Amino acid sequence: MSQPQMRKPIESGVPDNKQYMHPLMVKNYGNWKYHDRPRPGVLHHVSHSGDEIWTVRAGTQRQMDVYTIRKLCDIADKFADGHVRFTIRSNIEFMVGDEKKVASLVAELEKNGFPVGGTGNSISMISHTQGFLHCDIPATDASGVVKALMDELYEEFKNEQMPNRVRLSTSCCEINCGGQADLAIIIQHTKPPRINHDLVANICERPSVVARCPVAAIRPAMVNGKPSLEVDEKKCVCCGACFPPCPPMAINHPEHSKLAIWVGGKNSNARSKPQFMKMVAMGLPNNPPRWPEVAEVVKKILNVYKNDARSWERMADWIERIGWPRFFEKCDLPFTKYLIDDWRGGRVNLNASAHIRF
Amino acid sequence: MAKKMHDTPNLDQLESGPWPSFVTGLKRLAKDKDMMVDLLGHLEHSYQTRQGYWKGGTVGVFGYGGGVIPRFTEIKDENDQPIFKDAAEFHTLRVMPPPGMHYNTDILRKFCDLWEKHGSGLIAFHGQSGDIMFQGATAPNVQKAFDEINELGFDLGGAGPAVRTAMSCVGASRCEQSCFDEARAHRLAINTFVGDIHRPSLPYKFKFKFSGCPNDCMNSIQRSDMAVIGTWRDNIRTDEALAKKWFAKHGLSELVNDVVGMCPTRAIQLKEIKDVSKDPHVSSVAVNDSQALEINNKDCVRCMHCINVMTGALAPGQDKGVTILVGGKRTLKIGDLMGTVLIPFMKLETDEDHEKFIDLAQRIIDFFAENALEHERTGEMIERIGLMNFLDGIEVEVDPNMVSAPRTNPFIRMDGWDEEVAKIKARQAAA
Repeated sequence: MSQPQMRKPIESGVPDNKQYMHPLMVKNYGNWKYHDRPRPGVLHHVSHSGDEIWTVRAGTQRQMDVYTIRKLCDIADKFADGHVRFTIRSNIEFMVGDEKKVASLVAELEKNGFPVGGTGNSISMISHTQGFLHCDIPATDASGVVKALMDELYEEFKNEQMPNRVRLSTSCCEINCGGQADLAIIIQHTKPPRINHDLVANICERPSVVARCPVAAIRPAMVNGKPSLEVDEKKCVCCGACFPPCPPMAINHPEHSKLAIWVGGKNSNARSKPQFMKMVAMGLPNNPPRWPEVAEVVKKILNVYKNDARSWERMADWIERIGWPRFFEKCDLPFTKYLIDDWRGGRVNLNASAHIRF
Repeated sequence: MAKKMHDTPNLDQLESGPWPSFVTGLKRLAKDKDMMVDLLGHLEHSYQTRQGYWKGGTVGVFGYGGGVIPRFTEIKDENDQPIFKDAAEFHTLRVMPPPGMHYNTDILRKFCDLWEKHGSGLIAFHGQSGDIMFQGATAPNVQKAFDEINELGFDLGGAGPAVRTAMSCVGASRCEQSCFDEARAHRLAINTFVGDIHRPSLPYKFKFKFSGCPNDCMNSIQRSDMAVIGTWRDNIRTDEALAKKWFAKHGLSELVNDVVGMCPTRAIQLKEIKDVSKDPHVSSVAVNDSQALEINNKDCVRCMHCINVMTGALAPGQDKGVTILVGGKRTLKIGDLMGTVLIPFMKLETDEDHEKFIDLAQRIIDFFAENALEHERTGEMIERIGLMNFLDGIEVEVDPNMVSAPRTNPFIRMDGWDEEVAKIKARQAAA
C-alpha cells in the first residue's frame, strides 16, 4: 500500500501585520506624536500628520469560544472598520478614526459584557497560564482564578484610580509562566514529590531528571528491584522541577500545594531598573472555584497600595519609599524567616547598611 | 445537538459575576460538540479533586517537529478507558500571530470557521508564549486544521528546545515612543530562524522579544534570551506648546514631584528660562513664561519616566536604534536572571543594519547550540562560563555599559592586562 500524500508545510513564519492593521495605523506608521486618555479604556493618539485615532480597549476571557470571537468581529465590523488588535494581557482593542464613534462603541461592548478599561492607572487583565484546562503540570487552574479575581477587581479595571498602572499575573506552578508582575499569585509546593517507583524506569530519562534538580537532591536508586529515583527529602525545596521530565514524581497535591503572593515586579525601565518580584505571603489554600482566601489578600495589598502610594509610584517604587517592614505592617502580613533569601546570590537582598526606618 | 452535559457545580459558579466567563463560552460550544461536553466534565473533575489530568505525548504535523502541544486525558476507569472519552485527546496548535497582534475580522472569522470544523471551537488570544492557541483537537484533525491555517498565511510557533515564537509591542503602528520598526525586526529574526522553530534541536528554548522603547511592554529583559529594546542616543525632543498645555493642567507641584523629583539620575532640573544651559547636550522646554525644564542628556539613562508623564511635550530623540540584552529567564533552575546588556546601541534602520542584527543573533544562537548544556538557557550558560567567555565566543567587544559596576574582588588571573589595554587603545586610535 502506498503512503497517503501528505501536504508539505509552507514555512512562512510570521505574517506581515500591515495586511491586518487599521489603515490609519498603516498610514501613520512610525509617525505618532503623542497620546492622551479621554476616559478610562480609551486612548487618543495624534500623529505628526495631524491624523487622530481613538482606541477602545476591552477585557476578554482570553480562552474564547468562536461565538465570542464572532461577536467581537461583529462589533469591529459595525464600529471599527473591521480591524482589531490584542494586547499582551489579552485585552482587545478597536480603533476608530472618528471621535463620535467612541461612545457608541463603548456602549456596544459594555452591552455585550466586555468591560471597557485596562488603560493608564487601572488594574489590567491578569496575565495567566493554562491551568487545569490544558496544562500537563498544573497544581491549580488559571482561567478560573482569573475570572474569580477579575470579578472582584472589575471596578479597578474600568477606572484609573490606582497610583500607577498595576499588572497582575497568576501561575499554576513554580515555573511562573504568568511572569513578573506588580502582584503575582504562584503555586508553592510544600512537600517533596511522591514517587511511583513502578513507572519511573519506563517513563523517565533518569540522568536528565537528576540533572534538573537545583539542589542535587535526586539520585538514581533501585527500589523493589526496579531502577528508579529517590529524593533526599531534607534537601528537597519542593520546586517541582523534576515533575515535567518525570511525571511519576508527583509534586502537585490538593492540600500541600499552596498559593503564594509576590509583589514588586517591574518590567519597565522607568525610574528604577527592572525589578524581580518578591514573595510576601504564603500558605493560602488552593480553593476552587473562587479562591476567596487568595482574593482577600490580593485585595488587601492592592488597597493599601492604592491609598498609600504617591502618584506614579508602581508597587516596587512605593515599597522602596516606605520600606519592607512598613509594607508588612500596613498589609498586616507576617514576615517569617522563610522570606529571607538564602538562595545563591541571595545575600544581596540582605540590608547591608544602617538604613532603618523608625 | 451534543450529548447530555455533565454536572458542573464548581464551574457553574464561574458564570456569575461581571467579568466575561470562559465557562459560559465552553458551555456554548458544548451545545454542539461532544468534545466540549466532556472537556467541561474533565475540568470539573479537576476542580473537585484539585489536580490536573493531562499528559503530554507525541502529536505533530507533517514536516515539523514542534508547534503542537499534545494532551491526552489521564482520567481513566478501571479498564484504563477514558472516562471523558470525547475529550480524551485535546491537542493545541501554537500559531504565530502577526507582530503587534493585529487582525481583521475576515481572518478571525476564517480562524473560527476552520476551528469549529476541525477542533473544539476554543481559541486563546494569546498564550504566554505569544502564540494564538487553537485549543482542543484530536490527532488526525491537528493536521487538517494546520493545513487550512497554513494556507491562510499563518505558521506554527515553537515548542520544546527550539527558537520560540517572538512577541513585539504595538510599537510604530500606534505608539509615539516607538524607536524602531519592531515588526520588521521581529519578522526578519523569526523568519530567518524559522527552521530552528519547526525542528527543535537546541539545548533548550531561545526567545526573542521586541519592545519599541525602554518601557519594555513585552517584558523582554525578564522573559527573553535576546531582548531588543528601542532607544535613542541624541537629545530628548521637546514641544513647547504641549509642555505649556501640560503645565497649565498639572501645575508646579506635579511638575516638581512627578517629573523632576522622579528622574533616577537627577538629569532634569527646573530653571529660570534665562539660566538654561546652552550646552549642545541639553534639551530644554519652557513650561510657562519664566520657567523651563532643563535635561542633561549625558546624564539621562533613557528610562522613559519623564516622557511617560509629559508625553508629546517630551519625546525620544531622532537618532534612534536598539539596545540588546541577553539571558533573561524566570527562576528554574539557578534562580531568576535578568537579561544583561550585550549591545548598548545599534542602528536598526537600513537593510545593512538589519543584516548586522541577524548576524549577531546567528552567532549567539550558534554559540548557544554548541556550548549550552541540555536544558540550559542562555542566561544560565553565561552565568556558568562568565560573560567574558561568551563575548569572546560571539566576537563582541567589551563595553562598560555591560556592567552595573566593575568587579569588587581580586580573584582573577590578569596576565593579559597589558595586551588588552593595547588593543583598546589601538581601537580608539583607529576610530
